[in-house]
Amino acid sequence: MDSKDSLVCGIEGMELVYGRPQSLTEMHTHYCPGCTHGIAHRLVAEALDELGLREQTILVAPVGCSVFIYEYINADSCEAPHGRAPAMATGIKRTQPNKTVITYQGDGDLVSIGASEIFHAAARGEHITVFFVNNAIYGMTGGQMAPTSLPGQHTSSSLDGRSTERTGFPIRMSEVLAQLDGSAYIVRRSLHDVTNIRKAKKSILTALKVQQAGLGFSMVELLSTCPTNWGISPEQALTWVKDNMLPFYPVGDYKVTEAVKGL
Amino acid sequence: MTRGTIIIDQERCKGCGLCPIMCPQGVIALNEKILNSHGYHPAALVDPEGACTGCAVCALICPDVCITVYREAKVGNKNDQRTA
Repeated sequence: MDSKDSLVCGIEGMELVYGRPQSLTEMHTHYCPGCTHGIAHRLVAEALDELGLREQTILVAPVGCSVFIYEYINADSCEAPHGRAPAMATGIKRTQPNKTVITYQGDGDLVSIGASEIFHAAARGEHITVFFVNNAIYGMTGGQMAPTSLPGQHTSSSLDGRSTERTGFPIRMSEVLAQLDGSAYIVRRSLHDVTNIRKAKKSILTALKVQQAGLGFSMVELLSTCPTNWGISPEQALTWVKDNMLPFYPVGDYKVTEAVKGL
Repeated sequence: MTRGTIIIDQERCKGCGLCPIMCPQGVIALNEKILNSHGYHPAALVDPEGACTGCAVCALICPDVCITVYREAKVGNKNDQRTA
């Protein structure tokens, strides 16, 4: 700490441009080096800070790599069974409508075992906000193929690449949920470079405002990396998102209702 | 003249190497001479000529939120408005 203090003393005349958001705890995350879960956590924490929502937010944690998010985000949290975060969030929001209820789910959690829950929560137009982190693989369990894995993608359960003849095709969840009348704001963003990270931040703010205004179900899908299970470096992982995931999962606004545009 | 600077929490840094490749001025490098308690070579600011502009690109890409960015306090400088 001494070295840090002396540095602070050495920057007189400087103003703080960027610091750690208050909604993040001081705990070190368990994520692998270069995993963009950390960026997604930070963006959610910044959005809670900027909207002053930290004290009235209830976060529903998923199962997967981000299972410990309740240790990292400084808001009231509870842990849902695998894939059931939207169902738990529905109950919380209906009993405590004045709270801001958010879920943070990975692709194995949301698209696979939790596909039914997310689908019906969106169809019912529940006033919850979902942050969907899509890295096209199961991270925590050792890099198995997920419903979002790309055709031909090498994973620990598709060693020769995902065969569409044998295992079908990946699911584009944002496009699917945008078809439902209950959803109000469905967008896909990416975390592979700074420009897209800035756009993701804006969308996260909008999604929370949609819930505050009671306009319906909101979801932000974030294309993310898994350098460890993809078997490449963090730098290569960002390029992999750009070259392989973006063509299959284009970023964009899939549903923005007129009421949301007026926010 | 120094326009900005950063402070890296080296104990929190996992040495993923994303900030060195993103830095537009190329003034961040992994410090191969030291290891933190997790066993990573942390990133460090190597800026003898004061080239850092405080653009905050490193802080935006950092997955572990270990970079704090400072910029020269100056009112009305248009160059400083490109990032915030």
